[in-house]
Amino acid sequence: MESLYVVCVGIITACGVFLCLRGRTFSIVVGLTMLSYAVNLFLFSSGRLNMTGAAVLGLAEDYADPLPQALVLTAIVIGFAMIAFVVILAMRGRADLGNDLVDGREPPDTKKLIDITRGKK
Amino acid sequence: MSLFWITVIMLIGVIVPVVTERYGRNVNTLCTMIAPAISFAYVISLVPTVLAGNTVIETLEWIPAIGLTLSMRLDGLALMFALLILGIGLLIIFYARYYLSKDEAAGRFFAYLLLFMTAMLSIVIANNVLQLWMAWEVTSISSFLLISFWGSKSGSRKGARMALTVTGAGGLALLAGLLIIADIVGSYDLEVILTSGDLIREHAMYPIALILVLLGAFTKSAQFPFHFWLPHAMAAPTPVSAYLHSATMVKAGIFLLARFFPVLNGTDMWFLIVTVAGLATLVLGAYTALFKHDLKGLLAYSTVSHLGLIVLLLGLDTKLATVAALFHIMNHAVFKASLFMAAGIIDHETGTRDMRQLSGLWKFMPHTATLAMVAAAAMAGVPLFNGFLSKEMFFAESLNQDSLGFLSWMVPVLATLAGIFAVAYSLRFIHDVFFNGEATDLPKTPHEPPRFMKVPVEILIVLCIAVGIFPAFLVGDFLASASSAVLRSELPYYSLAIWHGVNMPLIMSIIAIVGGVVVYAARSHLFRFQAQFEEADAKLIFEAWVQGIVAVATRIDEGLSNGSLQRYVAALLTFAMVIMAVPLIDLSVSKAHLPEQPVSFVDTVAAIILCISALATVIFHRKRALALITLSVVGLIVSVAFARFSAPDLALTQLAVEVAAVILLILALYFLPKSTLTESSPSRVVRDIGIAAAIGGIVATINYAFMTQPLDTISDFYLANSKTGGGGTNAVNVILVDFRGLDTLGEILVLGVAALGIFKLLADIRLSMTSANEKGIPWSEDKHPPILVMISQSLLPLALLVSFYIFLRGHNMPGGGFIAGLITSIALIQQYIAHGVDWIKPRLTINYQTLIAWGVLIATFTGVGSWFFGRPFMTTWFDYFDIPFIGEIELASALIFDLGVYLTVVGATLLILANLGKLTSIHRPTAEE
Repeated sequence: MESLYVVCVGIITACGVFLCLRGRTFSIVVGLTMLSYAVNLFLFSSGRLNMTGAAVLGLAEDYADPLPQALVLTAIVIGFAMIAFVVILAMRGRADLGNDLVDGREPPDTKKLIDITRGKK
Repeated sequence: MSLFWITVIMLIGVIVPVVTERYGRNVNTLCTMIAPAISFAYVISLVPTVLAGNTVIETLEWIPAIGLTLSMRLDGLALMFALLILGIGLLIIFYARYYLSKDEAAGRFFAYLLLFMTAMLSIVIANNVLQLWMAWEVTSISSFLLISFWGSKSGSRKGARMALTVTGAGGLALLAGLLIIADIVGSYDLEVILTSGDLIREHAMYPIALILVLLGAFTKSAQFPFHFWLPHAMAAPTPVSAYLHSATMVKAGIFLLARFFPVLNGTDMWFLIVTVAGLATLVLGAYTALFKHDLKGLLAYSTVSHLGLIVLLLGLDTKLATVAALFHIMNHAVFKASLFMAAGIIDHETGTRDMRQLSGLWKFMPHTATLAMVAAAAMAGVPLFNGFLSKEMFFAESLNQDSLGFLSWMVPVLATLAGIFAVAYSLRFIHDVFFNGEATDLPKTPHEPPRFMKVPVEILIVLCIAVGIFPAFLVGDFLASASSAVLRSELPYYSLAIWHGVNMPLIMSIIAIVGGVVVYAARSHLFRFQAQFEEADAKLIFEAWVQGIVAVATRIDEGLSNGSLQRYVAALLTFAMVIMAVPLIDLSVSKAHLPEQPVSFVDTVAAIILCISALATVIFHRKRALALITLSVVGLIVSVAFARFSAPDLALTQLAVEVAAVILLILALYFLPKSTLTESSPSRVVRDIGIAAAIGGIVATINYAFMTQPLDTISDFYLANSKTGGGGTNAVNVILVDFRGLDTLGEILVLGVAALGIFKLLADIRLSMTSANEKGIPWSEDKHPPILVMISQSLLPLALLVSFYIFLRGHNMPGGGFIAGLITSIALIQQYIAHGVDWIKPRLTINYQTLIAWGVLIATFTGVGSWFFGRPFMTTWFDYFDIPFIGEIELASALIFDLGVYLTVVGATLLILANLGKLTSIHRPTAEE
């Protein structure tokens, strides 16, 4: 089971990393989401894989480690907030700069657009 | 009263001048003087204690766990400096009242001055090296503000920048030096450090520490080759120059040398570096001063020269030299402050400081002239004035030392040479300005300054003469006390008397005076000689250096940062990869290997679906909608995995978040391009696959490595105390709301802040909205299909009930505030989707920002509540109640905390999603909301 688990974590990590290296904002958002799955699974597994013991007292003999679970629970919610922030930032970037590129290329009319956006405010 | 009050009172005093500025100059000045006057009086009250040989040390624990304490000390050295700083400071404030013109921002000026004074005082009374360093930096910054007070002038700005750069860089060196010393000794406490001299001197790091501390001291005290900033700091208003270059700023470096004298002095390295630097500065300063036509320029170089003299004395290997150094610190502060003030008066009343224009002022201002003459005589070292005594001691010690080995004879010779020039420039200061023919074409008709402007000068001049005639009576005790604080051993015999008989030092003095007169008489020849050299303007050289460094930095920066996120991420990941990979090579995971658990068929299928979806997301990432669907499959399998591995809370959370995230991304997709063009070059793709595969492999390896090790967890504590201490059987939820409640509080705060940030980003966003998808097919006309509307509406109460149930049972069974909040949010979002914003708007009038605020407040006050019962922050209270017909129920304060979590999650999620959805409608968020 452990081998299967780490293979999955490895593949999700690799996919996430690859997508984070793309040049468009949406790919990066998807990549970050994927990476946060991998990170959550990784952290979660520090409590080892227990298939029979939810950490609710009285329901099992051998409890799963509740601490990584508690940490990962908040990490999931915070991860959502982070993804939301990044994706809205990407939208704002597209709105103000006119494109969704993050590869350092400046489209010729960027400066004009920035001026227009600022001037209108 | 305590020493800490000095800093506190002075800091309060910084605000006073700004507040009282509107009441006129006199009131403003007097009010400004209150804080220094109180401090001065307090220090005076401690004089008997300190002179009796005691050191006043006061300590205030700050963060004792990491050895940080606030500590103050007042020993002889600190006392001497504190009296100089406060005494001369008070005179300077008084003088500045008359110097600054009516329309200048006196409040701001005095505030800077008091800030500077506070910092100087804090340096001298600090008993902790970090504290000392902090104050040291504040002097750099506040002196920058003072020097650039006339910021409209280019010279002021450049001079201030130069001073800040040089002294600031020295400050960093000093910090490094102090940290090394503290590391050797194992304490930041000055008292401990001062008693560990031998330990430090014998340590291998001593040379480095010494050089770093000396760099700090030499830059501050304008020692060669760092002396160039000081003359340019003369762009400051004259009261500032009078203060910074007599008793304070530049003396901070000297103070540092004296303070660390007991631990750093005594090695050949110290003697060599300090002696040579001091000697070079002494001679260079004295020589250059003669050729400066600007009154303040002359005084600036004279200051450089006198600082060199004091540093030289500290570098000589006799105890008496140290005593002489301390004596000269006092004398120099007194006569130099008065000379600067006199120069300020001359400038003020004639409109120029150029000695080629000034002459014959004796007729117009005899009173000022007399004062200036006395001060200049003290500077030149004429008998009966204080400068003579310390200079005499200096000459004597220059003969007695052996610091430069066989070349030690150079010290007295060069000292006499510097003495000759000192007499010559002092003579020039007096003769060129007050005599030397008639005054011609001055910008203003000169006259005596206002009566009170001369008072500070007169007080200092009286001191010059009094100390010159009754040295032992007036300053003997202070000097002895300061000397024993520096030497930390028995004082050598010395006598502070005017007449010691005809001896070598007296002969050297006579040579200096006679030589000085001769040099001055022959000055026209010397000036012609000097005119052959092109004068290097330190300002230009310095600016060129700064420009050069900026240019290099810009080039490096442009090479590294081209604005491409891809490049940064790749660099970051490659670095992380190396950092992670290197330790893995040495790691042997074969030891203590646990047997793997069996894999079921379902597990394998789920894993295969997971991997295929993940890869599909990558392969189809250019078809964005498709990528989103495969991504959500990955998320679903992850939540199933949590359920499989006994984490029901996580599974529920992941599921709920997954729904919210997909809704979010679909909404975002509407505003982003629908597809991505192929852009990456094949080689880029190969590189990225390489990085991705390597990192994936490494992460998997690490994961495998620790998963197959036996579990050694701290969670047994949580499991054991979950019921008894937290009152809940769901250990995960009890950890969240109780054991680690503070973390959760921080996390919901982050969530709230992120949501508010998103709200701000969405305000007034200008996006183009397409009317069709990428293939040109228009969006559906039927925005709110009736079936969806009906089902959603009937589902809402059910969903709210479920979330309420999940919320309540959370403490004992899987569930809780996070999950319940997400379920509620999704239920409400469902209504937005089904009905549209126009329908929801009048029906759901909740302000989500307020909801977040309430959530965080409730959670915080639940934690604070336990204080009222005398318990630590976030202690849970719970009890069981028997309610008729319902049975026994448990009430816990953790439930209220969880309510806070619930409200924050609902508020944040809806703030994000609802506002994103509103963008397409007329209810879009604006910056005013």
